[in-house]
Amino acid sequence: MLVGATSHSPTGSRGFMERGFLLLVVLMFLEGTVFPLGAASSPDINNYTFPKKAFPVLSLDYGHIQMPFEISLWVLLASLMKLGFHLIPRLSGIVPESCLLIVVGLLVGGLIKLAGEEVPPVLDSKLFFLCLLPPIILDAGYFLPIRPFMENIGTILMFAVIGTLWNAFFVGGLLFAVCQIEGTHLSQVELLPCLLFGSIISAVDPVAVLAVFEEIHINELLHILVFGESLLNDAVTVVLYHLFEEYSGAGEVTLMDAFLGVICFLIVSLGGVAVGAIYGILAAFTSRFTSHTRVIEPLFVFVYSYMAYLSAEMFHLSGIMALIACGAVTRPYVEANISHKSHTTIKYFLKMWSSVSETLIFIFLGVATVAGPHAWNWTFVSVTVILCLVSRVIGVVGLTFIINKFRIVKLTTKDQFIVAYGGLRGAIAFSLGYLLDKDHFPMRTMFLTAIITEIFFTVFVQGMTIKPLVDLLAVKKKQEAKRSINEEIHTQFLDHLLTGIEDICGHYGHHHWKDKLNRFNKKYIKKCLIAGERYKEPQLIAFYHKMEFKQAIELVESGGGVKMPAAMPLQVSMQNIQPKKQPPMAADRALPQFTKNREEEIRKILRSNLQKTRQRLRSYNRHTLVADPYEDGWSEYMLKKQRMIELEKKVSNYLTVPAAPSDSPTMRRARLASDPNAFYTIKAPPGNVPTIQVELASPQSPDSVNLVDEFSKKGGSSQKNTDDRKEEQGRMMKPPSAGKGGKGEEEEEEEEGENKNPGLLRCLSDPGPSNEDEEDEPFLP
Amino acid sequence: MGSTNSTLSKIPNVEELMRETGFSPAHIVRLYDRFESLDKEKTGHLRPEDFGAINRQDTVDFHSFVRILAHFRPAENNRPRDPSLPEPVNSRISKLKFAFQLYDLDKDGKISRAELLQVLRSMMEMQVTEEQLESIADRTIQEADLDRDDAISFEEFRKSLEKVNIDHKMSIRFLR
Repeated sequence: MLVGATSHSPTGSRGFMERGFLLLVVLMFLEGTVFPLGAASSPDINNYTFPKKAFPVLSLDYGHIQMPFEISLWVLLASLMKLGFHLIPRLSGIVPESCLLIVVGLLVGGLIKLAGEEVPPVLDSKLFFLCLLPPIILDAGYFLPIRPFMENIGTILMFAVIGTLWNAFFVGGLLFAVCQIEGTHLSQVELLPCLLFGSIISAVDPVAVLAVFEEIHINELLHILVFGESLLNDAVTVVLYHLFEEYSGAGEVTLMDAFLGVICFLIVSLGGVAVGAIYGILAAFTSRFTSHTRVIEPLFVFVYSYMAYLSAEMFHLSGIMALIACGAVTRPYVEANISHKSHTTIKYFLKMWSSVSETLIFIFLGVATVAGPHAWNWTFVSVTVILCLVSRVIGVVGLTFIINKFRIVKLTTKDQFIVAYGGLRGAIAFSLGYLLDKDHFPMRTMFLTAIITEIFFTVFVQGMTIKPLVDLLAVKKKQEAKRSINEEIHTQFLDHLLTGIEDICGHYGHHHWKDKLNRFNKKYIKKCLIAGERYKEPQLIAFYHKMEFKQAIELVESGGGVKMPAAMPLQVSMQNIQPKKQPPMAADRALPQFTKNREEEIRKILRSNLQKTRQRLRSYNRHTLVADPYEDGWSEYMLKKQRMIELEKKVSNYLTVPAAPSDSPTMRRARLASDPNAFYTIKAPPGNVPTIQVELASPQSPDSVNLVDEFSKKGGSSQKNTDDRKEEQGRMMKPPSAGKGGKGEEEEEEEEGENKNPGLLRCLSDPGPSNEDEEDEPFLP
Repeated sequence: MGSTNSTLSKIPNVEELMRETGFSPAHIVRLYDRFESLDKEKTGHLRPEDFGAINRQDTVDFHSFVRILAHFRPAENNRPRDPSLPEPVNSRISKLKFAFQLYDLDKDGKISRAELLQVLRSMMEMQVTEEQLESIADRTIQEADLDRDDAISFEEFRKSLEKVNIDHKMSIRFLR
């Protein structure tokens, strides 16, 4: 209080000494006043109204931290449960995780009730819609496989819009009819509330679908159909919900209202997508300038997406569609701009949050079930469950009949069955029901009970049986194998071909529009949103690099004889791959710009750091994402490294980083530390590898060293094509062929695997968080 | 249907064409109209200038036009095939063969490295360097080439694409 008063005085104008003096005076003043106050026990200072007691050394103040503590406890519980399930192998094979989590929630709720406490209303709608749902949807949207989604967009929209409408009206209408029957004591339930209930319960839930479908590994088409439907039906649900909620008070819905409803639907869905797209473009644009502040790159993606969701919700537009649009739009551009590590961060944070969210949602569902209040009515509940199933089956079959007329690859009966059976309901339905106003809807509790029963039914019964049914019906599973470069090339080629054929036929089909979009994208959008020269890189090259990466990693895997952690981030960021200009100009950039001394220096540093790497990596084995494999295969790995160094010594003429020892985090740091102004062009032997420029410490991209040229040598083809290679030598300035020839032969002697090894550490240079601190020191000013 | 019939009668050997390609009369008529609109000089042949040189031959008449486009008809998998009949033009195998022919410029039954390079070059449109193309070509051949003859034969081609849904990729809805 006294201090506060003093600080208002204009200290700005005074000198430092005077300020210090003032502070001293204040302190003395305080001391002077406090003591007498303490002795006098005057009432105006709280602590001193009581008689003086012993100073409390240790005290308990739960209220102070209650809220965050409880939240943390729930999250901890969720994570421990997740851990637990995977430790019991047989259980997780039979029962899907979502069921187990609901059971856990029931248990916890039961325990709380037994303890006499009131079960907290955990699945509060606000909490659900604003905190728990967005991470899951963002994760889904960011990693949405765009190609299959767009190819099947017509089918998905049909199912989402028309299917949901059909479900809502069918269930609502028939329920109303049933309620009117005499014996059910339900005659007070009017038509509009029934329709409202129908619209709440008819929406397929993305969270439940994700949770269950993830475990059954079904083929891509079916997965994207059901999942896409669950995402896009949000708009329909929102509109129907608001429409019926508004007008159930009034008691009737006129044609005009219905018409307005349709307009509203268009605005809600398209508006949501537009909002998402705008934020997505903003995020992409921002990421163009983040080359100096790599640390906060992931934050931009998260914050922009979340704001897109919130903005859409503000206008009662479809938040889910906004989030999906934002994620899908952001991804291609942001991935080209951000560093490798940021990409990994985004990926892992999204997965982590969505996983925790999902777990929490299911647990809370269980708890909320115990919390009640419930109003059980046998007729209503059982009719609901039956009707939902029936309407879903009829809807899917009917729609497929129409859709198959327009599809090239028809949906078979098996597919239809899976789509129908996979229509799971989940927590969104519950939350929407929870939001209903008690006054307007006296039968709210009955609705809630019915919703919960339906959710339980779909999640438990359908969720548990879908896996054995999929096996029984021999539905095509997801193809595990990775795409080969052949497939990629030929697919692209066929795309071009089909576009041409469509042009000939005068038919503006699928490929035509896709081609137009791609051209537009390349010409205008990429220029704005992607920093530097990267936008020129064609997709095939990016894919090719990815493949090389993966192969390099695989080779270490097989060479070291250990399994890689499955969650290896393999996305390649293309920052430092700058395609050359037309060949005539290539000669200039191809010149190695290093003197021999520099080269030697660097090699020395690299070699000396090898030792350090070994120790360091060993020490953080458990915690990084990467280091595990090394522990076991280390000795062999070291041997190979030694051989590479010897090999490298023989190459005197140009520095090819592939020949150099690996580029682990420590190496890079060493390199940077020793020569921050180094700028060298790495020229690979022509005919074998694309040329890649690495700018070590250029202001633009300190992280670019992540992606030094990995493609040391491609073993197989090099043996046959030496002649071809030598032909190409004329194109750029090169050291005398003697040196090159020598190198070529040597490398042909070595196995493929060894050549890849140096590349590997580099690829795996994505350490976990523990490395982050050390990493960033040289980069940050 | 009157106009269909009259148009059909203009085309020689139309039944044989229909049988060979599997197109319905309506399709044939539609394609014929399209052919005529492309054939600005009414010579009865299409030259590369007419549509920017897609095909290998210098000219193509209506029959060839239809035959080529027949490859892009969506395949019908459901009816059981009579083994005595010749392979339908729009089956998966013939679609693949057609695509193979586009790569195999000298028609020796194999896609050599040079041919692959040429295709890649035309696809990439001068955005990449020659070495990058070469490495991609090398890798492609390395991946697909099972008998190590440094070229991709039709069998290898087919095998490398077995996971791709060719029926879907090489079909146009127009031709139903």
